[in-house]
Amino acid sequence: MNHDYEYTPSNGFTKWLDKRLPLMRFADENMLSFPTPKNLNYFWTFGFILTLSLVTQIITGIVLAMHYTPHVLMAFDSIEHIMRDVNYGWLIRYIHANGASMFFLAVFIHMFRSLYYGSYKEPREILWILGVVIFLLMIITAFMGYVLVWGQMSFWGATVITNLVATIPVVGESILTLLLGGFSVDNPTLNRFFSLHYLLPFVIFGVVILHIWALHVTGNNNPTGISVKDSNDTISFHPYYTVKDLFAYIVFLLMFSYFIFYNPNILGHPDNYIEADAMVTPAHIVPEWYLLPFYAILRAVPDKLMGVLLMFGSIAVLFFLPWLDTMKVRSARYRPVYKIFYFTFLISCLLLGYLGGQAPEGIYLFLSRVCTIYYFAFFLVVMPLLSRYEKPSAMPIGISNPAIDTSIEIDEVDGDLVPSANT
Amino acid sequence: MTDIIDENEPTRRDFLYITTAVFGATGAATLAWPLIHQLNPDASVSALSSVEADISSIPEGGSLKVAWRGKPVFIRRRTKEEILIAENEDAANLPHPEKDAERVKNKEWLVVVGVCTHLGCIPIADKGDFGGWFCPCHGSHYDISGRIRKGPAPTNLEVPPYEFVNESIIKIG
Amino acid sequence: MKLSQIVIIFFSLLFMQSNENLIAAGGETYKNLKPGFSFEGPFGKFDRESLKRGYKVYSEVCSSCHGMKQLSYRNLSQKGGPEFSVERVKEIAADYFIIDGADEYGDPVERSRVPSDRFQAPFDNKDAAKASNNGAYPPDLSLIVKARSDGANYIYSLLSGYEEPMPDSLNIDDSLSYNPWFPGAAIAMTQPLYDEMVEYEDGTEATIKQMSYDVSNFLSWAAEPTMEERKSLGLIVMGFLIIFLFLMFFSVRRLFKDVH
Repeated sequence: MNHDYEYTPSNGFTKWLDKRLPLMRFADENMLSFPTPKNLNYFWTFGFILTLSLVTQIITGIVLAMHYTPHVLMAFDSIEHIMRDVNYGWLIRYIHANGASMFFLAVFIHMFRSLYYGSYKEPREILWILGVVIFLLMIITAFMGYVLVWGQMSFWGATVITNLVATIPVVGESILTLLLGGFSVDNPTLNRFFSLHYLLPFVIFGVVILHIWALHVTGNNNPTGISVKDSNDTISFHPYYTVKDLFAYIVFLLMFSYFIFYNPNILGHPDNYIEADAMVTPAHIVPEWYLLPFYAILRAVPDKLMGVLLMFGSIAVLFFLPWLDTMKVRSARYRPVYKIFYFTFLISCLLLGYLGGQAPEGIYLFLSRVCTIYYFAFFLVVMPLLSRYEKPSAMPIGISNPAIDTSIEIDEVDGDLVPSANT
Repeated sequence: MTDIIDENEPTRRDFLYITTAVFGATGAATLAWPLIHQLNPDASVSALSSVEADISSIPEGGSLKVAWRGKPVFIRRRTKEEILIAENEDAANLPHPEKDAERVKNKEWLVVVGVCTHLGCIPIADKGDFGGWFCPCHGSHYDISGRIRKGPAPTNLEVPPYEFVNESIIKIG
Repeated sequence: MKLSQIVIIFFSLLFMQSNENLIAAGGETYKNLKPGFSFEGPFGKFDRESLKRGYKVYSEVCSSCHGMKQLSYRNLSQKGGPEFSVERVKEIAADYFIIDGADEYGDPVERSRVPSDRFQAPFDNKDAAKASNNGAYPPDLSLIVKARSDGANYIYSLLSGYEEPMPDSLNIDDSLSYNPWFPGAAIAMTQPLYDEMVEYEDGTEATIKQMSYDVSNFLSWAAEPTMEERKSLGLIVMGFLIIFLFLMFFSVRRLFKDVH
């Protein structure tokens, strides 16, 4: 609450410890008394939810690895062994499998929140870039994890996706062989994917620490996008946001539990309960739902190499976001035009997700192309243009000071300050 | 910094916070159980915790080796002479004093875990100085009751829990 | 548009996911019948008698071509399944044989199966299975219900659907049978079930529909033997979370009362 506040060790032991390893001071400054804007809404709880999601995945993953066998002849059966014989194995596996979906759901909301409130803008560029790195690592990790099941969809998904590498001119084939450890997806591939699937979450964990570090240097953004001015604008992280985040997490857990206990296979594909067979291809190869938008972009392009480039480009473009949108006003709340483009973008992304699950023909293909074009146009055209020409609406002076330029009328909607239309 | 709990007297607010905290802690603690229990033997392992062996075809003086919980179990049908030798031994003078009667359910049948009590090697049948088993690793000699007689092993061969299901079936474990 | 609506839209789209329209190669594919199973819904449990009958149908009919390699005989007596008695399962298992190790001359030793052994497979390998079935591989049935969308209803529809009259316009290879529930409507498996094919111990009349129903039940259990445990644990977890949610809700409200 108070920027001048300083941690003071309360007893002999903590005083002794503070001089040697200021662990308590660190925890206090970063977790307990950390000054946080007092006006954060529930979209700001996803950072906490994501941290717990990562921890959940790591813990359940370590447990699963105790019972899993990364060998083409045994992988599928060892998972059934987990499901049938291991004590609570079914629970742990369903948490891990559905947990991946929940993780992505949370990360999408987290990213769209950032996009709406301009959390990637100066001075939070590094924070944003680290976030995109985490997202990229998540995709790679999830993809490899899905292969470990060694069902039909695992195998053919791996075959299709790794084959994208082969589109690289000249060296593509050699890189593919290097990646697979053979000429097709087989035991060496499964083995290395297992190794990397175990390793990458810890890399993610490391980047998460950097991400939080960066966050704690700049402090949180907030729904108004206006920088914190003084201690009136903030409250301590604990107990206010620990409790609020936990509340949001329980809501999240309820939904998560619904999937685990009552519909554990709805987010997967039935074909993945058929053991991998290199001689039979499933009727439709579809990735997990969270990769569908990227899959739609890939298939929207008639040229294979261009498709691959655009798919990777759709993530790469995110790295440049802070320099594409240079508008000083952060929050879309005060950007009436950006808001329209933003929601169009959101709908277009959801549509891409839907289209990724459909056959790439007819109207589906046409819509995929429209959405793909809009996806890139949003970042590369709309954002730079709006940064130049959009006139933001009137804003309050500060987080705690609702006063605005007196010439403007203010409507009270949902507790948010929304300027009336006559600006 | 912000101390939310009034230290002097519990209020309704304290009660709410304390209940919530206790509830949450209980939930988190319960969550640990599946993670611990998964380390226990799984159903396929537990299913092998007892084995049944058909002993109807073992001749007098013959023996059978069965795997039980990953270890060999020796089932030996002893001859009359062997039983006599085993019973007449003065148990009190042995390194690990046990009477033969304490080690068998039916004196014709000796059932022991075939793991040397010294360092876990598997003793060889019909070898050694005492007509029983001999452990090649460090030279422990066992008699026909599976008792240690000479060598570094500290105790007699372990007798596993077993029962005769009927005349021809022994259930071990 | 309020931001909170995003989540709702997101979810509605999530569940619109690829509803595979199985376009039949030759004939039209019918929508699955829904006989209604006791295990459906959040409180669903398996009908033990039906599971027992279903096992009989599997062991006397299906098992001559289809294996169930994920199952062991001991599963038949475990909680949440058909719950045969342990003695009965020993008898069931003893009817089958297995090669277990070799004798002193290195020749394979055959013994009868015990509850801890897996279900006996009808063929030694995939090629043998194909060779005996006109080149079509009879899939392993351990997970068949989870490996097909709407699995239980699909299996039921398929098994009871052989007697549908074939449209005249359709031309099917002689080695295949007409079944409008199979994608493409031409299936390599000939009609497996006929009235009174098995004799149920509990006196239930063994009609095609009854046997299809029982075996669908049995295969649903086999695909996920832990279903009952999952649903009952789910109830406890959901109940706990809802109470905790209320407590947290009031805690947050009280905590933020002073924040303006």
